[in-house]
Amino acid sequence: MTIDWNSFTPWTALAGGVLIGMAVAMLLLLNGRIAGISGVLGGLLRSARGDSAWRLSFLAGLVAAPLVFSVLGGHASGWIDADFGTLVAAGFLVGIGTRYGSGCTSGHGICGLSNLSPRSFVATVCFMATGVATVFVTRHLLSI
Amino acid sequence: MIVFTALLAGLIFGLGLLVAGMTAPAKVLAFLDLAGAWDPSLLLVMVGAIAVAAAPFAVARRRTMAALGLDMKVSRAGTLDRRLVLGSLVFGIGWGLAGLCPGPALVVLGTGQLKGIVFVLAMLAGMAVFELLERRQARLALVRG
Repeated sequence: MTIDWNSFTPWTALAGGVLIGMAVAMLLLLNGRIAGISGVLGGLLRSARGDSAWRLSFLAGLVAAPLVFSVLGGHASGWIDADFGTLVAAGFLVGIGTRYGSGCTSGHGICGLSNLSPRSFVATVCFMATGVATVFVTRHLLSI
Repeated sequence: MIVFTALLAGLIFGLGLLVAGMTAPAKVLAFLDLAGAWDPSLLLVMVGAIAVAAAPFAVARRRTMAALGLDMKVSRAGTLDRRLVLGSLVFGIGWGLAGLCPGPALVVLGTGQLKGIVFVLAMLAGMAVFELLERRQARLALVRG
């Protein structure tokens, strides 16, 4: 393993993490809800029991973030290199996988681990493992 | 009020992802590329977020009601089953293919990239298939009694 020190951004990573933690704490303590993105989004596809308003506004906040970020003087990074076929396959797997697994990087990796949940620990190990394995196969075995 | 606080939480969450650089699929893929030039940044994003959120979770676990009056939906119950493991394994494959998970995907959607829209639509399709299969399962269980 070689660490790419030129790309490693410890301070912005920590600062961004702190902001994410604050958002999670806010939604939890004020609204009593878990800021797990796949859960918030997936819940919209359930029969509405009058709880779609907060979901939609939370998601709207996420979508509006690049605009606010650039107004504040930041440069929004997010250029996607993957081709359309890969994106369709990847998006589908992320959608169905996070719903069966009851969470994603935010719901399990951040909220669940903060909550000391054994399920989230197992889920996080699982998606990190296949994420690493997939990158290994595509980059080093297939050289895509 | 809960709609406003949710909007603000979503916005701060998205800004956090942008500040951390986690909306760039290349950076996420570099984190997952243990055999290549590894970028450990994502690990520190998790460390920062968990360091801030751990204490609020400890407080929330002892409450039944949140500050704005809704029920506190925080629980560690739930079974560690095959669904959780298989679902998470499948999610990881998708994550490793494109370097996008649900949060960053929605933030990228806000940059207006066509590819971001395509990914989010495919993700919604995956979630919709899950809902359809769940409903079918529930109907079958009802028929079987």
